[in-house]
Amino acid sequence: MTPSTDSFEEIESAVVRFAGDSGDGMQTVGERFTDSSAFAGNDIATLPDFPAEIRAPAGTLAGVSGFQLQFGSRKILTPGDQPDALVAMNPAALKTNVDDLPEGGMLVVNVDSFKKMNLTKAGYEANPLEDEDFRKKYHLVELDLTSLTKDALKESPLKPSDKARCKNFFALGFMYYVYGRPLEPTLKFFSDKWSKRLPELAEANSVALKAGFNLGDTMETARNRYQVSKAPVQAGLYRKISGNEALVYGLVAGAKQADRELLYAGYPITPASPILEGLSALKKFGVKTLQAEDEISAMGMAIGASFAGDLAVVATSGPGICLKSEFIGLASITELPVVIVNVQRGGPSTGLPTKTEQSDLMQSLYARHGDCPLPVIAAHSPSDCFDCAIEATRIALTYMTPVILLSDLYVANGSEPWQVPNAGELPLIENKFANPDEEFVVYRRDPKTLARTQAIPGQAGMEHRIGGLEKAEDGGVSYDPENHENMTHLRADKINGIAKSYDPIPVQGEAQGDLLVIGWGGTYGAISSATKMLQDEGFSVSSIHLRHLNPLPNDLGALIKSFKKVIVPELNLGQLSTILRSAYVTDIIAFTKIQGKPFKVAELREEFSKHLS
Amino acid sequence: MSPSTTEEGSLTKKDFVTPNDVRWCPGCGDYAILNAVQKTMPELGIPKEKFVVVSGIGCSSRFPYYMNTYGFHTIHGRAPSVATGIKVANPELSVWMITGDGDGLSIGGNHLLHLLRRNLDINVLLFNNRIYGLTKGQYSPTSEVGKKTKSTPAGSVDYPVNPLLFALGSEATFIARTTDTDQKHMIETFKAAQAHKGTSFVEVFQNCVIFNNKTFETVTGRDVKNDQILYLEEGKPLIFGQDQNKGIRLNGLDPEIVSIGNDGEADESDLLVHDPKSSNAAYPTLLAQMTYPTFPTPLGVLRQLEGRETYEESVVGQIEASQSEGEGSLQELLTGKNSWVVE
Repeated sequence: MTPSTDSFEEIESAVVRFAGDSGDGMQTVGERFTDSSAFAGNDIATLPDFPAEIRAPAGTLAGVSGFQLQFGSRKILTPGDQPDALVAMNPAALKTNVDDLPEGGMLVVNVDSFKKMNLTKAGYEANPLEDEDFRKKYHLVELDLTSLTKDALKESPLKPSDKARCKNFFALGFMYYVYGRPLEPTLKFFSDKWSKRLPELAEANSVALKAGFNLGDTMETARNRYQVSKAPVQAGLYRKISGNEALVYGLVAGAKQADRELLYAGYPITPASPILEGLSALKKFGVKTLQAEDEISAMGMAIGASFAGDLAVVATSGPGICLKSEFIGLASITELPVVIVNVQRGGPSTGLPTKTEQSDLMQSLYARHGDCPLPVIAAHSPSDCFDCAIEATRIALTYMTPVILLSDLYVANGSEPWQVPNAGELPLIENKFANPDEEFVVYRRDPKTLARTQAIPGQAGMEHRIGGLEKAEDGGVSYDPENHENMTHLRADKINGIAKSYDPIPVQGEAQGDLLVIGWGGTYGAISSATKMLQDEGFSVSSIHLRHLNPLPNDLGALIKSFKKVIVPELNLGQLSTILRSAYVTDIIAFTKIQGKPFKVAELREEFSKHLS
Repeated sequence: MSPSTTEEGSLTKKDFVTPNDVRWCPGCGDYAILNAVQKTMPELGIPKEKFVVVSGIGCSSRFPYYMNTYGFHTIHGRAPSVATGIKVANPELSVWMITGDGDGLSIGGNHLLHLLRRNLDINVLLFNNRIYGLTKGQYSPTSEVGKKTKSTPAGSVDYPVNPLLFALGSEATFIARTTDTDQKHMIETFKAAQAHKGTSFVEVFQNCVIFNNKTFETVTGRDVKNDQILYLEEGKPLIFGQDQNKGIRLNGLDPEIVSIGNDGEADESDLLVHDPKSSNAAYPTLLAQMTYPTFPTPLGVLRQLEGRETYEESVVGQIEASQSEGEGSLQELLTGKNSWVVE
């Protein structure tokens, strides 16, 4: 079914948001819209936004789940500041989302759910759809989604309540019509997912989707149709990928490139659980996944596996890192490689468990007892998680150290198109295994990297003991004051030396000028977009996005000094700006936001321009 | 999956001794246990490099430093996690975990519970001295109620945990008890622990000469032990006493002590017969609850359940099953099922 293009208005990009009850399947339709747009050749960025409660009482504000995506024929770096079109499945979804919709924006509502009870639950005293001012403000499309879906499924053997649940795909079909999206990827999705197990459901969803699409064709109000052409991208093979998926693949690739078996130990925690689940499905790759009894134990299992020669990985979120801290100190003093992933969420404590934040940077750098510096790196986009997982593996194994890899909820759950790398061209990762033909001395170091070598249990003649007590070079317990000072320095020097292995920092723009924007983590898309806009307007502004947060890159100091002003936008109280002030004894402007939401391009642009006048 | 064998007699106790000075207090029960382990290991037919000794924190947990094997002195209470990681990463290794009553049953109680129920093929030796020694004498989770220590000058108020009942509640497949006063019994018990496929939990009565001296003296003391210890032997009736004239008979659901022999209250055939392989947890529970002064204290293997798969076997088994038609292709994984080509 290919839509005709005669009535299309060509646009460069569009932002669509689906909002409904957490049981309405909004994440699913958002994912499908994303796939369809990827199939259509657009660039995309997505932002799933769901409540902490799996199913808060139906119809309430607390239970609203949303999914926003931006797709375009240009480079798309963020899911968009505000939607051009909002689909609201019930009054609660309307109430929590409509303020983001600009005047004149397309508003599709499921009129069937605008009944007294749902209006009351959402806190509406009167039906907003009956308010003339409200109706004029938006391009309102009222659909009787529930009844239309049931009508479309008259022939289906499904129970009436199950038929009604297909309404999300009816709504999706309608939006496909509006934006000229292809139906094929979604029909294939139904067939792959249900045709064997629940063929009636696959059929019903297909019928609902097509009925929604066809309704668009027959409805006067849907006559504004938009066309978003293919984005000009490098030729090659592409797929859609989320941050957590990319991380899983990066870890598998890292283990392969290091020729180690991958052992992952984890405890379920939002938003890191998909990493545990994703790796558990990869037994074909020899991946061992252990679901531990708690966060502490997961770290211990990883350390044990690392001692025994596996590539050991844990992933968690901030509260889990708190619990692992003592064990992370053990991995540091025993100099065992472990990749420690922190998918950050709003904190402290349980905080905002399903919202994004970048507030664990200080924790990553400092939250251990003793002098215990560790390498810290951060992924800046969904696909960057793949590269960062390989980089974390490289640092861990080359330098015999635990490494903290920061992701965040926005990066982990967001998705974007990704040019599929050639597995044969990935870099090999060096191990520090001891040479069985030489005498093994536990803490003897490679003079270049200061890394010790590793002898694996099972290797004859290299039996040795490690542990939390301070050791001398020969591996014996040592309480000698000078030895402790020397070993503390050696461990710190080893970490600091990692900076020598970095590539130069890529600069977006000139390497000197009026304003340098320094970002890290998931703010990349918003910072790059805002910087680009101001550059296009002729301002002297550049941006860099730090992958390596400890040790900081050796070329960062000179870069900072080449600009009149430096600003660091962060989703925390100003953690990186504090670190940079202390590291380079220079003034840094902090621009912070702690709302559980990513930066909008517009708010960054406005802030940057204040410092450019 | 048992470690591959080495020729018997090719290793001796000396091979397992490190040059490090052993730093336990003079007279500590740990010396006797170290000696027994160093004597046991050469007799197991396992190459030395396959042994890994893992511990937590506490006096007992210094153990790996004195064993000339691979060893890991980890952090307080968490040895079960590290041991699990080691064993899953390499099931060929013979992993021995050393812990104490504080390390294993207080700060690490949760991890020990999960290690036991998962049934990794690991030997756990829990040195029970009913006191915190390394922190200089606070009461422990196995100290008796009313124990007066520096942290409980008016006597402790918490009810103690029974290590054997804890292991049973954790669904351990091998549960045994021995004492630092009996080299022969320790070595036999440690060998049985290694022979068992699954997690072997061994409580070792251990004397802390400084902070809780003679805590087990009423049971293991030279003068009383024959009347106070019930040695468990598979297939044999429960008989004890200096003159081997007392036995344990079941009365309803309760054990009772009866005299046997010519003038006895009962015949040998009336007595309970030791069956460590019984899948019914009631029997080992009954044994674990027999305590001084009412009953003799059972030593030996209380429970040895066979047939439950080990955790690492299951983990490896699932991987092997999924690889039966070949390993995964990284390129296919990266490409996924819904890729598209941009010309």
